[in-house]
Amino acid sequence: MSFLSLGLVRGLIAQVLGTAAGMGFVMMVRALIGLPAWNREPVVVGGVAIGAIAFIFGTGVMSDWFKWAKGEETEDHHEPDPDQPAWRRYLSVDYDHKVIGIQYGVTAMFTLGLGGVFALLFRTELAKSGIDFLNNGIFEVLFGQNGPDLYNTLMSLHGMVMIATILMGVGALSNYLVPLLIGANDMAFPRLNAFAFWVNVPGALILVSSLFLGGFDTGWTGYPPLSVRAPLGVQMFLMGVYLVGLSSITGGINIIVTVLKMRAPGMSLFKMPIFVWGALATAVIQFSATQLIGLSFLMVMLQRLFGMSFFDATAGGNPLLFQHLFWFYSHPAVYVFVLPGLGLISELLPVFVRKPLFGYKWIALSSMGIALVGFFVWAHHMFTSGMSAYLRVPFMYSTLLVAVPTGVKFFSWVATIWQGKLTFPTPMLFTLGAIVIFLMGGITGPPNGTIATDLHLHDTYFIVGHFHNTMFGGFMFPFFAAIYFWFPKITGRKMSELWGKVHFWLMFLGFMVMMGGQLIVGLGGMRRRIADYDPALNFDTTHLLITIAGFVIFISVLIFVINAIYSARRGEVAEGNVWSSRSPEWQIPSPAPVHNYEVPIEVVGDPYDYGLPGSTYVNVRPATTGD
Amino acid sequence: MIHYVIVGILVVISTILVRTGLHSLDLLPEQASLQARSIDWLFGIHIDLIAFFFSLIVVFLLYSIIVFRRRRGSEEEVGAHFSSNTKLEVIWTIIPLGIVLVLAVLGAQILGDVERRDPGALEVDVTASQWSWRFEYTESGATSSDLVLPVDRQILLRLRSEDVIHSFWVPEFRVKQDVLPGGEDFVRELRITPVEEGEFKLRCAELCGQQHYAMLADVVVVSQADFEVWLEQKAAECDLSNEECGQRWVEDFGCLGCHSLDGSEIVGPTWQGLAGSTVTLADGSQALADYDYLHESIVDPNARLVSGFEADVMPQNFAEVLTPEQIDQIIAFIQSLE
Repeated sequence: MSFLSLGLVRGLIAQVLGTAAGMGFVMMVRALIGLPAWNREPVVVGGVAIGAIAFIFGTGVMSDWFKWAKGEETEDHHEPDPDQPAWRRYLSVDYDHKVIGIQYGVTAMFTLGLGGVFALLFRTELAKSGIDFLNNGIFEVLFGQNGPDLYNTLMSLHGMVMIATILMGVGALSNYLVPLLIGANDMAFPRLNAFAFWVNVPGALILVSSLFLGGFDTGWTGYPPLSVRAPLGVQMFLMGVYLVGLSSITGGINIIVTVLKMRAPGMSLFKMPIFVWGALATAVIQFSATQLIGLSFLMVMLQRLFGMSFFDATAGGNPLLFQHLFWFYSHPAVYVFVLPGLGLISELLPVFVRKPLFGYKWIALSSMGIALVGFFVWAHHMFTSGMSAYLRVPFMYSTLLVAVPTGVKFFSWVATIWQGKLTFPTPMLFTLGAIVIFLMGGITGPPNGTIATDLHLHDTYFIVGHFHNTMFGGFMFPFFAAIYFWFPKITGRKMSELWGKVHFWLMFLGFMVMMGGQLIVGLGGMRRRIADYDPALNFDTTHLLITIAGFVIFISVLIFVINAIYSARRGEVAEGNVWSSRSPEWQIPSPAPVHNYEVPIEVVGDPYDYGLPGSTYVNVRPATTGD
Repeated sequence: MIHYVIVGILVVISTILVRTGLHSLDLLPEQASLQARSIDWLFGIHIDLIAFFFSLIVVFLLYSIIVFRRRRGSEEEVGAHFSSNTKLEVIWTIIPLGIVLVLAVLGAQILGDVERRDPGALEVDVTASQWSWRFEYTESGATSSDLVLPVDRQILLRLRSEDVIHSFWVPEFRVKQDVLPGGEDFVRELRITPVEEGEFKLRCAELCGQQHYAMLADVVVVSQADFEVWLEQKAAECDLSNEECGQRWVEDFGCLGCHSLDGSEIVGPTWQGLAGSTVTLADGSQALADYDYLHESIVDPNARLVSGFEADVMPQNFAEVLTPEQIDQIIAFIQSLE
């Protein structure tokens, strides 16, 4: 049956069977070594882990590699089957980077919606003081939890699901755009690319399954000892993150090699579209730092399953060890979240101001500079942790230092816009909105970085406001800008400008209210990660506004989704260079041809010389027929 | 050009407006400690920087959006063609570098102010456990579930946890410190010098499980004289009846944070009607809540867990924290309840 030949369906069936088989396997091993066969946690964890592996095999993403292992040849390019409808490619293993980019993007939209729903649920609880909404019996029925336990789970999942969304969104942008932007026909490792996408699916499923397995009350940061005593749901969280992390690592190496080895003739590193620098810096971080969250989470799993005492202070361990290991990844991770978006801002501004990007080299190197310095700041998440008191000071210096390359970007954007000829189609609105919002994320950073002020701000809503600022400014707004911008390249049609503008204004104004509210209550003494707050603090009105703003943002995204689905079929046809962009991908037809560039492009000028008469960036010669 | 002059003036105006606006919002809680004064001074510096950099970027952006927009009717228009200026790049790298270095130096100085040690500080041992706080005044041996402090004297809090990581924070005092489990090696210090008399709330500031949001304690700052009186009272041996002393211990040691007296369920079983009743245990069996049962429930809570309640929530070390006499008095109090 054609349904059963879809990679996704096969993967899911394999996962179900693999989980059951894995559980049986663990029970058998336990019985053989003399333990009671059934113990919920090790059996379920073992089963779920094996189920995830089974998923990967079930999709068929490993099949070419197995053939090579057996000495069999495979095709270099897997052509799409002309007899099957195009949509089937997206639900199966496909090696085309454009298909994989869409797969990442659509999956990210699903998880965005899910993470958003979790937020709306607990924001409804927080709209008023007193535990009320989440005490509703229906939640006990659905999730086996309610009240503060359910709050803790929803809040924790909101964080991690959103992080997974951003990582997949970054994967969407990098994988779809990088080959097109450098004149390549695919990524260096198409099969690895497909693997890096597909491993996210069991990862996300397992992560969300925690909701139905008792939840977990630790926040996405999972600090022991609390995570060691959390319910079974925490294991699903730990494993889900592990899988999503694998995607980052394998995706990262792919981007690095592609950028270093597959640029078109004449495209030196400083003649690449600027987004590629952002994607490269991001990939370097993903490839080298992600291991640390895998490690720290694995250690928690081992402490839970086998009683290892890494973080058990009463047995010679140290809970602070977890925090150092965890944040060594998780700080650079936030630069993974924002560097592509910041690269997008640099990429899109010249198109809509019709003048060159200012200071290309400095912007390119600032991405690398942020990535580098970002590895040396992690303990600013630990200023109150009880770490060595003096050691906090160098971290304050390094943390404040990141402002310098970040400032270079802002000043360069201002100089790019200055004396331009501005138009404001939807992608430009989102780009400008991103700059304003990321600016506020940036200026709320230093108070967190100077230790003494952080002693007040740590674990408050000021931090929550700061990171929502940086995430919306550095990822969400640029991500939407990119979709509105490249939608014609993907579908051959434009999205509705009117509804795009509605989306923008609702999201921008909604976000301003949400952010303002969070920063204000945080300064005033509101802790984070709390299911309820004291009415005597007079935060009720602000919280109601934050909740309403959250709903407005959600609605705006819903409008976007409807716009995208509708426009893909019925949008205004847009087959040419709709934005008059100099970039190579706009010199070929839309939707982009299957193999991108029939003939390799040739770089003959600078990428951003808008307004210089007679200048071209790339020559895309039509296929010659024999001259 | 004229553009730069106009923008320059607008940036200055905007900086002043934003700075004044942010200060007038008065977003920080009252300054009730010496440390708060230093920290708020540093916050003031940050507000200056925030106001300036916000204005700098936003004014340029808004100005450009208005002045440099493409007017209707012009099709083939492009912007001014310039793409680099090395001098400018160096300037806007070096100046921010200088600013952040100065800020870091100031930050280090303020940290020094905040952590300055007074050898005559009053020592209080703070014990956090899911989900209550206990305070022991080292010198006098008094124990309390409220943190009563003398004004104008440095307090040295020695923080420890009995289970997971918690965090000590009173917003009006500003400073915060995580509270770690693991015994003596993991005790962490926090120094606070209250300068305002009043009532404040201590709220746990590190997610610690189900009741994290409600893990509170009262903080009362009183005059030095009033404090001495209170301390003497608390440190004194209890010379009341057994039941009355028991009542005092269950307040001081935080039992009432989890066990109610009126039948409501907080974290642990209610004590209303408990003594002498038949209790259903987690393993399904029944037990009589006599003296032995109550005693065991205090010193070894996991031994006979009541059905519907979780293991490992009640602290396991009350046998060390309470004297045998105090335990007897607590049991007497429980037995005196209706």
